[in-house]
Amino acid sequence: MRHALNAEWTKLRTLPGTSWLLLAAAALTVAVSASAAAATSCPAGHCAEDPAKISLTGIYLGQAVVAVVAVTVISGEYGTGMMRLTLAAMPGRISVLAAKAAVLTGLVLVTGTVAVAAALLAGRLILPGHGIGPAEGYSALSVTDGPVLRAAAGSVLYLALIALLSLGAAAAVRESAAAIGVVLGLLYLFPIIAAVAGSPDLARHLQQIGPMTAGLAIQATTSLSSLPISPWAGLGVLAAWAAGALLVGGLLFRLRDA
Amino acid sequence: MTDSTTTLSRPGAIAVRDSFTYLLRAEWTKFRTIRGWAIATIVAMLVTILLGVYGGAHSQNECPSGPCHFILPTGPGGEAVTDTFYFVHRPLTADGSITVEVTSLSGVLETALTPQGPARTQPALMPWSKAGLIVTADPRQGSAYAAVMATGAHGVRMQWNYTGDAAGLAGRASAASPRWLRLIRAGDVITGYDSSDGTRWTKIGAVDLPALAPTVQAGLFVASPAYSAPVSSGISGGSASGGPTDATATFGRVSLRGGWSGSPWSGTTVGGGSNSPYATGSEAGYHRADGAFIVTGSGDIAPDVSDGTPIDGSLAGMFIGLIAVVVVGALFITAEYRRGLIRLTLAASPRRGRVLAAKAIVLGGVTFLAGLVGVAGAIWIADPILRANGNTIYPVATLTEVRVIGGTAALVAVAALFALGVGAILRSGAGAVAVVITAIILPYLLGAAFPVLPVGTADWLLRVTPAAGFAIKQTIPQYPQLAASYSPFQGYFPLAPWAGFAVLCGYAALALALAAVLLRRRDA
Repeated sequence: MRHALNAEWTKLRTLPGTSWLLLAAAALTVAVSASAAAATSCPAGHCAEDPAKISLTGIYLGQAVVAVVAVTVISGEYGTGMMRLTLAAMPGRISVLAAKAAVLTGLVLVTGTVAVAAALLAGRLILPGHGIGPAEGYSALSVTDGPVLRAAAGSVLYLALIALLSLGAAAAVRESAAAIGVVLGLLYLFPIIAAVAGSPDLARHLQQIGPMTAGLAIQATTSLSSLPISPWAGLGVLAAWAAGALLVGGLLFRLRDA
Repeated sequence: MTDSTTTLSRPGAIAVRDSFTYLLRAEWTKFRTIRGWAIATIVAMLVTILLGVYGGAHSQNECPSGPCHFILPTGPGGEAVTDTFYFVHRPLTADGSITVEVTSLSGVLETALTPQGPARTQPALMPWSKAGLIVTADPRQGSAYAAVMATGAHGVRMQWNYTGDAAGLAGRASAASPRWLRLIRAGDVITGYDSSDGTRWTKIGAVDLPALAPTVQAGLFVASPAYSAPVSSGISGGSASGGPTDATATFGRVSLRGGWSGSPWSGTTVGGGSNSPYATGSEAGYHRADGAFIVTGSGDIAPDVSDGTPIDGSLAGMFIGLIAVVVVGALFITAEYRRGLIRLTLAASPRRGRVLAAKAIVLGGVTFLAGLVGVAGAIWIADPILRANGNTIYPVATLTEVRVIGGTAALVAVAALFALGVGAILRSGAGAVAVVITAIILPYLLGAAFPVLPVGTADWLLRVTPAAGFAIKQTIPQYPQLAASYSPFQGYFPLAPWAGFAVLCGYAALALALAAVLLRRRDA
């Protein structure tokens, strides 16, 4: 397993795209978060705004880049034929997949931590100037505050789970474009269909089972009772999606010819 | 060797046309024979239809006695209207005029029901509370009319047939600064005037109500629309509190000229009934004191933008189809790079711009047809099911329906072309799909479907990103003379339908142009 980990780490490290994409994921997350914070204002000081959630808006875009990285970890090898070499060198396919998952999770956790910390810092600097600060009774966005810590740590875990979901989908679908289409469809379509679906019950149900809508409940720090699903349960739903994708992907990876 | 006679007559034209036809056929053969792409396109089409039908079948709108069958009144132009007001009227059998002095306009609103106790009322006048004169073909809802009125905060207005609106004197009517109003009927033409002193009159507008019956109902009316105040916006789309309001106006010095019938004044609650919108403790009606009429009314005479499901409500599946065709569009070129087929393609047809053009025509044609069948199928199959389940479909003109169906199909095709262009630029399927989906779907998601951004940012995003193209499916118009929540979340796009679509087309054209340049410059 140590060899497998070492091999996967070397492959990922030496591909020029990986570091750029991870950098882009962090930069886009921070930029979009800061823009959202700059665009939100509450002159009267009585808005139902959630400062932590606003400061972490960039995750909506950052996750797409993380998904691209995760998909290319597998689909890239199929595209170039590298996969046959990998499997010839390490015939234990499940350990190859596990090594890929471990290396990817580690990288995404590091990137996510940096991005989330910078996004929160940006929110902490920008939001008080727009009437959403401690002076108006809002949270100060300090990680010593329980709910804010949960939102921050949860967002990092969220990105890691998105990476695992994408990895599983790529192992199942193999074709990179189709895999990224499947992943982004799963993430973005649930809330859109929920919004267009006529009945409020159906909409709430769709938000409870959608990987993004459920998973991002972890970012809420205010009015938790109006959430379609509680924060940790929501992250659990995403974890179930990721586990399901890895299971199906792992099974197909094992059964099919490369 | 080409045939000598053809070569002599038009050498270039024939050869070029033939080779481009072959190129189209080659691209069509590639598209058709790759099983995954054909399946994805057909699945995109079927999912669009089936999800629309599923949504329609699961949207029951139950009234106590089975599915509701509430019919929105429609105005002379076919648009949905609200037509509820209190009307003090007399028949006018020929040409004539009516003049009044509005000396006061006040109102109350009902605070929302609270757990602490029953609803209470408090004084408040809505900006679009209306009191004035109206000439209407008959008092049924949706009849043709012309009216001149004092309003809560928009001065004197002349309005006609629900969508027409013209401004008169500014300011609110009061005893110190009364508003004089006059309507003159001459045949089918109604002319409205206002004045601040009853001697110097200004014409606001003249309205032709075609084929107006000789006998019309004319007189005083008061209406006051329900209020709605947003309470919070959040993950489930926000909530609002609201309630009915009513307004009371004093009309002095009512003077009639011309062909008024001898019957006395009578009061009618137009469109009222058991679910009348009056605030607790208030009742519609009128009484006379010192020669003045004091009239209380509620409701509105205006277009209706808040009731009914728009026809694009059954297009949820289109978004799934959109993602599928984006994947196909990107793969249409990136798969050739991955397999090395692009070298063969370019060897067979060395003029590279034409290869891209042939791909664009084949892809655009196929995805447009698939989109057309999917969208038309979803709307035409799901809307009757929605109606049968008691839902009210917002009425639209035939041309609007054609625009929504044809435009949404074109949106799907242009998204596929955008993906083709980005795919040719990036030469990576995953990158192209991620870029196109986040550019088209994500701004729509954050701005309109799942509002996490403030309205100003959402409007901006839906102007400058490719997601502006979704404006093509907006059916309910925005009216300046109607106070409503016109946010993207409510289905209102900041750009007009074709303007928004043009933004998306601009992105696609830019991507294809850049792709053509890069395709020519780079080695395959």
